[in-house]
This record gives sequence, structure tokens and C-alpha cells, in this order.
Amino acid sequence: MMQILMFYPSAVIAVITTLMVIFSKNPVYAVLYLIMSLFAVSMVFWSLGSPFLAMVEIIIYAGAIMVLFLFVVMMLNLGQRRVDEDLRPPSGKALILPGIFATILLVQTIACLMAGHPQGGTQLLNDPVALGHAMYEKHYLGVKLAAIILLIGSIGGMHLGRAASFPDTKEKDLL
Amino acid sequence: MKDFWHVINTLPQEQWPPLYSAIQSLILGGVIVGALLSAAGYLVLLERKVLAWMQHRVGPNRCGPFGLLQPLADVLKLLTKEDSLPPFVDKWLFIAAPAIIMLTAILSLAVVPFGQPQWLVVKDLNVGILFFLALSSLGVYSIVLAGWSSNSKYAALGGLRATAQMISYELSMSMSLLAAVMLAGSLSLNKIVEAQSSLWFVILQPLGFVIFVISVIAESRRAPFDLPEAENEIVAGFHTEYSSMKFALFFLGEYVAVVLLSFVISTIYLGGYHGLFDIPYIPAAIEGPIWLLAKVGFFIFFFIWIRATYPRFRYDHLMELGWKYMIPLSVLNLIATAVLIILFPTLGGHK
Repeated sequence: MMQILMFYPSAVIAVITTLMVIFSKNPVYAVLYLIMSLFAVSMVFWSLGSPFLAMVEIIIYAGAIMVLFLFVVMMLNLGQRRVDEDLRPPSGKALILPGIFATILLVQTIACLMAGHPQGGTQLLNDPVALGHAMYEKHYLGVKLAAIILLIGSIGGMHLGRAASFPDTKEKDLL
Repeated sequence: MKDFWHVINTLPQEQWPPLYSAIQSLILGGVIVGALLSAAGYLVLLERKVLAWMQHRVGPNRCGPFGLLQPLADVLKLLTKEDSLPPFVDKWLFIAAPAIIMLTAILSLAVVPFGQPQWLVVKDLNVGILFFLALSSLGVYSIVLAGWSSNSKYAALGGLRATAQMISYELSMSMSLLAAVMLAGSLSLNKIVEAQSSLWFVILQPLGFVIFVISVIAESRRAPFDLPEAENEIVAGFHTEYSSMKFALFFLGEYVAVVLLSFVISTIYLGGYHGLFDIPYIPAAIEGPIWLLAKVGFFIFFFIWIRATYPRFRYDHLMELGWKYMIPLSVLNLIATAVLIILFPTLGGHK
């Protein structure tokens, strides 16, 4: 009962706010709607019995990544011409690929709903200890690959940001 | 009623019926919020008094005996001032920003255990530490949105400074917490306190403790990390355009955050409700909160002491301290803890 009370409102909020991300005219509002949508998705995780995933979703996406998005969007000053451009309806060609993807996802969702139970083992993710065991005993290769990709990314970022990339500045000025 | 008392005293929290759980959460939550909000007003007085004594002044002493009625006078003054909404601001976000800071600070207290019995924690989540980290990372939005929605240069600068500062210090904060989590073998704050029944984590984690304390002072944007509101550079930073009660919410939010962070430090590193010795003639259910509140009181004083002692950081020094010292040190602390747990398996909480 409690699960249903939590799941359906969060799911509806997630869908509405995600739509608002696309339709809001102000980019800062779009980012805020995206944060609300991530929040709603995290509540969906919680209601499905995985508080760990719910918290991680908020810490990583809402708490860290979206702050950076907001940081950049705040600094942008788009100007009227760019806003007008964004508000024009998209051309037909641009809709083909997203249309295909959306159709596949829709079919999958309907198939899952018809099957009557969520796919995948939500029981396994019930508590953080079980999730840890699953990640570091069964899927450690994936964890390591992700770690290597992150390491490469951060080294690349430091390389691009180093003083030699900007010949006229000293390292001290960049800090 | 008798059954309710029996259930919440004997069974673990997960096995309570939902109704009992709701009643306990509402009562304890209400008591905590009420106590917190009235304490926050008196913290302002305490801070002004302690700062004054440290600077050889008298401090507020006109309202009531020893200035004890000063918070009431302050609240009346703030309430009767004009609550102006400048025409250039983004109305809804401008109003929402001060509410967010209060909400995130108050909600985090739901996972802090106040004593041994199960009913002295509002909700013993098995992801308690993550809950605290999630809410503290959301606190950034309050400052950023206040800065952006004010549509003013000084507020925007303050908002940007706050974002960069809070993101930087969040990393070392969570990394030093991870080492404590490894020692306890659980993310639940209750389990972490239980793991400290014989030895407090401040002894096993001296470096982690120092990193955590510095990081939370930076997270709470208090002196010497108060660059987002540095008054001699950017007027009042992110809350330049705020007045009356909305300003007061920011002001009180800072003190509520100080209380919350003191609770978290005492819980994770100083044994929470565990005391140094048994107080005679006092039941265990009351002894726990007394010890915890004593530790919290010390840390609140410590926060004020730091503010009176250190001058404000320069911005590049702040970033250098965060990225070049705190984060590498916290990673080192994490690795050292992991190695020690493997060498001496009795240290780790993982069975």
C-alpha cells in the first residue's frame, strides 16, 4: 500500500517534469525541472525497495552533476536570437532517430507492464551490503572498466587545463 | 498504549507496525524541530556573546538579564521590517531559496540516533550516511538559486563562489566519512555509534576527523570559509537582495546547519550517545541524549571559537587547500584504513 502511494505519484511527477525540461523556455528552469525529475526517479527507486540506489541517484546526479550544469547555464547569456532559434519547431529529419528509440522504449515498457512484474532482481538490491557484494564479486570487471574510463577522463581534463595549453598565461594565473 | 510502549522498546525499527512507526516519527520529529528552531535563535545570542568575550567586549546585555531576551527582540525586529520583493528578481526561485536551506538542514537530523533505545532515532535508515550526504549536497541549490534569482551582480558572484567551494569540499568530506564507514561496516548511523561502544573513531581516525571537521566548516560557509558572503568584497554575497524574514531564514539556516554538523561530527567520530562514564541515578534512555548534547555543545562552541580565531581565506588558497591537500589526504586516509583493516581484521566492521 505504502509502495503504491509512493510509486505512482513519483512516477507521474517524473514524467511531467521531464516533459517540462524539454518545453520550458528558460534554460535555468529546464535544469531545475531535470533536478526534480531525478528526484522523482530516486523516489521510484526507493518505492521499489532500493534506498541505496535512491540516495546515490540524488548524491551523484542531483547533488554533483546538475550543480555543474546549473553553474554553466547560469554563466550563459544566450541572447534573443538563440532563444528564438530554440523555440522553432524541430525539422522532420531531426525527429527520425529519437522517434525510433522512443518507440522501442515504449514497446518495451508496455511489454513489461503486460508481463505483470518488473524485470530484473530488485530483491538483490534491497540493501547496500547485497549491492556491494553483487558489484565487487560478480561485476568487478565492469567496475574496473568504469574506474579506468574515469581516470582517463580526469587525466585528459588535467592535460587540457594545464598551463602550456594557454601560452600567454603562467600556471599561477590559472589557479 | 502499553502495547505501543512495549513494541517500540523491544522490537527493531523495521518490525514496527506502520502506525506505531508514524506516531514515533511524528512525536520525536516534532520535538527535534521545535527544539532546534528555538535553539537556533539562542545560538545567535551565544555566538555574539562568545565573540564579544573573545574580543574583550561585553556583547548584547540590554534586553533582559544578561541579554537573554535579545533573540526575541531580533525576531520582532525582523518580522516587522518590510519584506521587499525587488522587481527584477525571479519571484518563485527567490522565495524558494531560503526555504530549501532550512529544509535540507532540518531533514538530515532524522537519521541521527539520540540514544540507545530504538525510539530515540526518528528513522534508522540503512543508508543513513548517504541520506546526510544527499541532503548536504542539495543545500548548494539554495545558495546558487538565491544568487541567480536575485539578478544582481554581487549575489551572482556569491552564488558562484559558494558553488565552487561546496563542490570542492564535498569530496573530501564524503571520502573521510567512507573510512569511518569501513570501520563500522555499515552506512547506518546507529550501527556506526554501536561500533564505537569501546573505542571512539576519533582515536582510530585522527586524520579523517581533522579532514571532516575542516570540510564541514567549509560546507557550512562559516568563517574562515565565508567567502560567498565576504562583506568587504561583495556586499553580502548571495543574500544581498534579501530582507526581513527571508533574510532571517538564511541566517537561521546557517545556525541550524551548525547544530546539525555538530551532531554528525559527534555521532560519527566521538561515539554519539556513548559516554565516558555512567552517570549515577539516571536511566540509560536519558543518559545517551545528555552525553550527545554535551558533545554537540562543545562543537558549537568550537565553531564559534574558530570564527573568532582565524581570518578569512584568500580564494586561491581556499581552492588549493581543498584540491591539493584535503582530497589527496582523504584518499590516503581511506587507503591506509583499508590496509589496516586487512592486516588487523578485528578493526573492520565487516563480518
